Amino acid sequence: MKLSQIVIIFFSLLFMQSNENLIAAGGETYKNLKPGFSFEGPFGKFDRESLKRGYKVYSEVCSSCHGMKQLSYRNLSQKGGPEFSVERVKEIAADYFIIDGADEYGDPVERSRVPSDRFQAPFDNKDAAKASNNGAYPPDLSLIVKARSDGANYIYSLLSGYEEPMPDSLNIDDSLSYNPWFPGAAIAMTQPLYDEMVEYEDGTEATIKQMSYDVSNFLSWAAEPTMEERKSLGLIVMGFLIIFLFLMFFSVRRLFKDVH
Amino acid sequence: MNHDYEYTPSNGFTKWLDKRLPLMRFADENMLSFPTPKNLNYFWTFGFILTLSLVTQIITGIVLAMHYTPHVLMAFDSIEHIMRDVNYGWLIRYIHANGASMFFLAVFIHMFRSLYYGSYKEPREILWILGVVIFLLMIITAFMGYVLVWGQMSFWGATVITNLVATIPVVGESILTLLLGGFSVDNPTLNRFFSLHYLLPFVIFGVVILHIWALHVTGNNNPTGISVKDSNDTISFHPYYTVKDLFAYIVFLLMFSYFIFYNPNILGHPDNYIEADAMVTPAHIVPEWYLLPFYAILRAVPDKLMGVLLMFGSIAVLFFLPWLDTMKVRSARYRPVYKIFYFTFLISCLLLGYLGGQAPEGIYLFLSRVCTIYYFAFFLVVMPLLSRYEKPSAMPIGISNPAIDTSIEIDEVDGDLVPSANT
Repeated sequence: MKLSQIVIIFFSLLFMQSNENLIAAGGETYKNLKPGFSFEGPFGKFDRESLKRGYKVYSEVCSSCHGMKQLSYRNLSQKGGPEFSVERVKEIAADYFIIDGADEYGDPVERSRVPSDRFQAPFDNKDAAKASNNGAYPPDLSLIVKARSDGANYIYSLLSGYEEPMPDSLNIDDSLSYNPWFPGAAIAMTQPLYDEMVEYEDGTEATIKQMSYDVSNFLSWAAEPTMEERKSLGLIVMGFLIIFLFLMFFSVRRLFKDVH
Repeated sequence: MNHDYEYTPSNGFTKWLDKRLPLMRFADENMLSFPTPKNLNYFWTFGFILTLSLVTQIITGIVLAMHYTPHVLMAFDSIEHIMRDVNYGWLIRYIHANGASMFFLAVFIHMFRSLYYGSYKEPREILWILGVVIFLLMIITAFMGYVLVWGQMSFWGATVITNLVATIPVVGESILTLLLGGFSVDNPTLNRFFSLHYLLPFVIFGVVILHIWALHVTGNNNPTGISVKDSNDTISFHPYYTVKDLFAYIVFLLMFSYFIFYNPNILGHPDNYIEADAMVTPAHIVPEWYLLPFYAILRAVPDKLMGVLLMFGSIAVLFFLPWLDTMKVRSARYRPVYKIFYFTFLISCLLLGYLGGQAPEGIYLFLSRVCTIYYFAFFLVVMPLLSRYEKPSAMPIGISNPAIDTSIEIDEVDGDLVPSANT
């Protein structure tokens, strides 16, 4: 075997990874659905309209239980995101309140939020969150897409997967819901989305699938707001390196021509 | 290049400097005119790549430390702050995180190259040992760096690995408490790991200088394993190998950039984007990919202490390599039997890496045990036996002379091959 072959084997083994997200549920395995997102691939960009709709779903549905502590309202207007106008973001933020410091008597002062404030959390602390949710803690969604394998597809499958009929062989606790995409198939979150639950400003029909898609898009952006910047810089870096590579290749060739 | 070549200061200033601090002479002798075998292949470019990898890690690490907060309540969020709010913070952090993987990839290739071409043999024993020291320091540094992220895998990985210390009889528990700064992984642990993670790269840097010094005393090995005889065998390091190494580095950077820009999280574990929680244990605790072979060895043994000993032993055995393999012929090119065992060893190491990521049960556990046994047998049984009984194939006389060396004698007494032209 030649050494070059070994290198190839080494690399293929290194990059070999199981992308399967097979989750057992009542004897059946459910593979993540792949609705196809515009941000996939090296040139992928977020669908701004879908991100805006996704934010609406998050703020009107998910945010009653799930926080997004890594995000500030200003992120909603920054480049590469939903790109709401700065004015719109001020309005969005002003709908929420925050206790910010104390007045001259030491009493807490409440004010409306501004774009530089973080997203408002639904609960004051983890225990309050658990107490309101049957003892289950609704995870923070800022990084949920990165914190799950094949995140965007998983979130989409999970959110749109509540209507699957439960196999008779399966017995789950009454406080839990059946969802074959959730590990173990029994999830504490009840079905969050129903048709026409939100009213989209752009007239898009708010089906469960559409809302799941939009909110998966939004959460993917939220997990990494710099993704578009990363991919576009990557293109420049790769281009530079490839040109440099050719120059160096011919330099090496010429230099070693007379070395025998 | 002429061996008799000597640096001559060209102008008044360099002449003046040369008498006081011969900096230019040192640079010239070690980086420019340094005689290097002319037949080095691309496996010899990894030393250069590794040096630059270390520098990259140190520079990005220093910048990250400016924005990172080593406190259990803030560490995770401070990294998200770097990712989201610091200018190009995402880039610096992705370079640092993937850079560690690339560093290990390069060091593995570098070590397997040594193993194939016998670069650890006389007179390069010290060079090799320093390399193993660097490798060991790299493992410790990388492990501590992974903990700083303070995700679920950081926390539970730290818990599992530090607890290995507790298996040491009598003093284990006390050492563990000292290591953790308490009775479990907590804020004091994070603080001392941060401190050490900042310190150790500079220690590595120091050992790297010794490593390169040792290299420059003995000179490079080469793919034939035959010692350099005269200046016909060598070319100057610059421009030949500076250019060739740079070319290889660009290829390396292309692969590195793919990870940074297009798949930055694939080498990590999704669970590490969940903040550390002492009350929730992940389903499978796995270390970073580059530590998986050692993790597989650890779990292959039913006894905890033995597992720990074998895991450390798997690195410790490397220190004795020059004395386990006493075959005079260096390169596997001329060792047909060694070559077979070598590639089996390579595959077995890759397999251990795969097995380290699987649950230790059934066929996985069985294969882990087979590979672990082979790992040690390769060094402790195969190498000494081959040194004694293997008959090397025909070798050329020298690097520049492809004619078959007919003067190779087999010493009948101990079966050891003594290529007279090589000693």
